[in-house]
Amino acid sequence: MPTNTLNGRSFQVNDEGFLTRRDEWDEDLALDLAALIGVELDEAHWAPLRFMREDSATSGITPTLRRMQTVGGFDIKELYRLYPGKPAKKMAWLAGLPKPVGCV
Amino acid sequence: MKRVLILGAGTAGTMLANHLRRELSGDEWSITVVDRDNDHHYQPGYLFIPFGMYQPDRVRKPRTRYLPPGVDFIESAVLRVRADDSEVDLENGRVLGYDWLLVASGTRPRPDLTPGMADGQLWHTKVFDFYTLEGATRLHEALEAFTGGRLLVHLTDMPIKCPVAPLEFVFLAEDWFRKRGIRHKVDITYVTPLDGAFTKPVASHELGSLLTDRSIRLASDFALERIDNERQVIVSYDGRELPFDLLVTIPLNTGQQFVIDSGLGDENGFIPVDKATLRSIAHENIFVLGDASNIPTSKAGSVAHFSVETFVPNFLEVVNGKPMTHSFDGHANCFIESGRGQALLLDFNYDTQPLTGSYPLPAVGPMKLLGRSRLNHLGKLAFEQMYWRLLLPGHKLPVPTLMSMAGKHEEE
Repeated sequence: MPTNTLNGRSFQVNDEGFLTRRDEWDEDLALDLAALIGVELDEAHWAPLRFMREDSATSGITPTLRRMQTVGGFDIKELYRLYPGKPAKKMAWLAGLPKPVGCV
Repeated sequence: MKRVLILGAGTAGTMLANHLRRELSGDEWSITVVDRDNDHHYQPGYLFIPFGMYQPDRVRKPRTRYLPPGVDFIESAVLRVRADDSEVDLENGRVLGYDWLLVASGTRPRPDLTPGMADGQLWHTKVFDFYTLEGATRLHEALEAFTGGRLLVHLTDMPIKCPVAPLEFVFLAEDWFRKRGIRHKVDITYVTPLDGAFTKPVASHELGSLLTDRSIRLASDFALERIDNERQVIVSYDGRELPFDLLVTIPLNTGQQFVIDSGLGDENGFIPVDKATLRSIAHENIFVLGDASNIPTSKAGSVAHFSVETFVPNFLEVVNGKPMTHSFDGHANCFIESGRGQALLLDFNYDTQPLTGSYPLPAVGPMKLLGRSRLNHLGKLAFEQMYWRLLLPGHKLPVPTLMSMAGKHEEE
């Protein structure tokens, strides 16, 4: 597994750059990662990331957008506005979680 | 008398009833199967109905014909499972107690969950599903009448039953228009929320090239918000729009209502289980076979088949108070119709994605993995008879239960 270094700290990632160890993540790292994709994290951005961290801590699985909607109460359209393009992927990456795999 | 209760007499439930009736003594064990009706559909056949290759009646047979003697069949919908009491309430008023509950109630398309789909005025006139007998039948009429324009073949979100069927549909549709001499008048786009043609990298690449070869456009990362019936466009959450003259869509899938009402399911109504034993996480005396569970592999008949073969010996162990020694690997095996009288074959599991190669034997095959061949297509057609005569009665098929790497080309 490759190791990434950002602003002086190192963390394990997979081939696509997603963190492989959830305990290597903290909110400072998310801020640094967000800067790389041009997102400034405000409270609206943090809410879904925090939900994903908490939800996956018990389930062991990165929540899908649908779960964010039905369980977390988030509006999918709003998530697209906050994280344009590929919100599920971007949010998982920022939250230090595996890419969501709703898909097999 | 100990009681096994099976909810659902589809692919998984019917196989379970047949296997378990052979294995469990009739003096000690009762087996009861519940389903809401007595129509067993050969669901792989839905794909062929829109193209007139199958007539609707061909895919429908009585469920009871495929259940063995010594199994009680009750025709009623299920209202709820009261897992703490080990009882099930039926719509017909009966209450069934159980020692072991096997949930095999599958998944269902939910066109009602997307605004403008089931509630739109174009539903079943210009907007169709083909994962129901009615949808597939109505779509056949629409294809007969279609003279040209924009066709969108669209997948709303994963997970869905048989994730390769939308691709098969688009290949068969391309072939259909070609044979009718109107291919040049039809603009075909495959629309998916995924970032490629399929969920797994090697297959996604191979299938993506095939779309290109057939001049089928790919619109990826398209997450459907609603269908605008007035303007005949589909609209994504990020505001993209795609116009259509004919829309063939795969609606969201969820588990059955009774699973949701019983509090057994996740947010999509699929029951969380241990993926190796298929035992419910929440309740020790509940197992879930077939599409109704949340295991991370395809929702498909082949998975139901392979998982039942792993489950049965485990179940015999567990009812005798022994630890379960068999582990399901998520094995799936799917034919993909690619048009032109050919098909591809995929073989994969939880850990190994579909690869190229030959199946089931190295080099000899005779089936070709992830490559098109006439024989794969004939295999798909022959499977219909195998399904009714061998698979449902629980006879051994000439393929391994667990996935084998023999004949597969490892990734480079």
